[in-house]
Amino acid sequence: MSVILHPYDVRDELEIQKALDFNRRKQLKHVDKVHRAEITNVVELTEQEKLFHIRILDAQERERFSFLPGQFVMVELPGYGEVPISISSSSSQKGHIELCIRKAGLVTGLLHACKPKTPVGLRGPFGTHFPLGKMRGKNVLLIAGGLGLAPLRAPIYYVTENLGEFADAHIIYGAKRPKDLLFDYEYEEWRRIYGVKLDIIVEKPDEKWDGHVGLITQLLDGITFDANDTYAIVCGPPVMFKFVCNRLRDMGIPMQHMFVSLERRMHCGMGKCCRCNIGSTFTCIDGPVFDYWSVLNLKEAI
Amino acid sequence: MLFKVMAKSSFEELVGLLLESNEVIGPRMKTRHPDGKGVHQFLPITAFADMDLDYEKSEYSPKTYFLPFKENLSTYRFQGGDWEQEIKYRIQPRAIVGMRACDINALVKLDKVLLKGDFPSPYYLARRKNTFIIGLDHDPCENGFCASVGSDIVSHGFDLFLTDLGDRYFVAIDSDRGYRVAANVEIRDPTEADNEAYVQTRNRIAKGFKVEVSIRNLPQILDLEFQSPVWKKWGDKCLSCGSCSAVCPTCYCYGVEEKVAMDFSESAKVKRLYSCNLYDFAMVAGGHNFRPSRESRLKYRYYHQHRGFVETYDEPKCVGCNRCGDVCLAGINPPEVITDLEKEAAR
Repeated sequence: MSVILHPYDVRDELEIQKALDFNRRKQLKHVDKVHRAEITNVVELTEQEKLFHIRILDAQERERFSFLPGQFVMVELPGYGEVPISISSSSSQKGHIELCIRKAGLVTGLLHACKPKTPVGLRGPFGTHFPLGKMRGKNVLLIAGGLGLAPLRAPIYYVTENLGEFADAHIIYGAKRPKDLLFDYEYEEWRRIYGVKLDIIVEKPDEKWDGHVGLITQLLDGITFDANDTYAIVCGPPVMFKFVCNRLRDMGIPMQHMFVSLERRMHCGMGKCCRCNIGSTFTCIDGPVFDYWSVLNLKEAI
Repeated sequence: MLFKVMAKSSFEELVGLLLESNEVIGPRMKTRHPDGKGVHQFLPITAFADMDLDYEKSEYSPKTYFLPFKENLSTYRFQGGDWEQEIKYRIQPRAIVGMRACDINALVKLDKVLLKGDFPSPYYLARRKNTFIIGLDHDPCENGFCASVGSDIVSHGFDLFLTDLGDRYFVAIDSDRGYRVAANVEIRDPTEADNEAYVQTRNRIAKGFKVEVSIRNLPQILDLEFQSPVWKKWGDKCLSCGSCSAVCPTCYCYGVEEKVAMDFSESAKVKRLYSCNLYDFAMVAGGHNFRPSRESRLKYRYYHQHRGFVETYDEPKCVGCNRCGDVCLAGINPPEVITDLEKEAAR
């Protein structure tokens, strides 16, 4: 007589055998399995930033992959590492995403050297999104500073593709120098869209610059809106969104009507590695999109 | 919960039966501290006598069998400019004998994080379900304050849990698997006298705690004392070595790194347990560090243990084993830090 403990194979679980879908958060799945994808196009935006068009290879996975503006993906270059990047493209496109990536570290540095057809791994989408559904019928201020335009481009697409749902849309963008401006070839298009206003400001102009000069908060001076009927999405470095949000708060917009996107170190995207914890909140699960009131209540957030 | 009684000789027989066809892990004395106290670790055993079941607590927590320090998440095989991803989960079963209540409660807390929330971890589930756990009660250890954080009593998360009643064990059975395994040796229903002896033993253990930490108001105090000089005082001592997280039975944070084979044929995506006290824990690409000071990192550790975790799961993450305090080279230990904070708040 002996006691044999029976082996358990987690792959036998019916749940895990279902098709991989990161939007089903509670479902047991191969959490570290990546969608096989490839870079289809690389667009140079500035000296530091490039826009990568990425397509999931499997047709069924592509069909299942859906995200909401504000969410991010984990991009992996096997052998190098994995980085969290917010999605910059329209959420109406299936299985095809665009990521605006600054050359900042090992993986992003290598990505900048990648050519079209390079295979990459993709996990996600992860995180919370900008609650655009709540903003139906309201004025929307879309404000970005510097690289903040990368996560803001997804809600800009949503707003410009669904203009009938919103009252007024105003895009405000600020950067340090004219040569740091991202997506400069798209401004003309945004300007011509019915009901969309676009204002751009730089801090240090060059000789060719004929637009606004100064800090982004200056652009808020001239605008008037019904504060209670206005929502704001503010993306950028913490010092920037702090000044902007405080300004908007003083102008009367409720803090819960302002949304910001936070950035932290991440290794999993699923609330497990703890690297993105702010006090006690996971940026990857509870964020990256937070309303400003929640941000103020997070210790060490800004 | 089902209760049974088993003679000590039957328990020895049971472990022998398990050993015949399975890997069995138990508390072994590896060496002695300078003061003569044993140094115990959970290691594979080949005979019942290998174990020292009277150990106080193991140096490292048996967490390592569920969350190993290093774990391969996936392997990429490179060929012709393309790659294939391969993922493996643990399938071989094993038994761990002699786990203390605090360590089992630690697993229950880890279950909440890794299995019950968003994105359940198949790696952890595979290890958890492939491990047969026999727990064993013990009198309070020297610095432990598990009773203060409610971790001295274990109600689930194991297969069998034994309480020593002198010549016999009082056995709590928490799983069908546990019931079937225990049925291989002589086991009987408890009598009135057994029940009484069990309750008395539990009472004796409960009265034996020397260290008490008041955590009742701790989440609020942590918020109030966020800028407290207490953090500077303890933070200045901290060496940022991360030993506390390494020995902690509930610390689960990690980092992922990729290791390429020498011949470039494959690459492994390896998860390695990390510590929030290490310098680059919250450092992002470009060099910005969200917690550059030792004080801010130490504070974060306490904040997660006693504030953040409470907010999500209504209980602290700490099980009160005080391994972090025992192992700390700078002498930082939770009872003193928490008492300092409480004093500061009451001032």
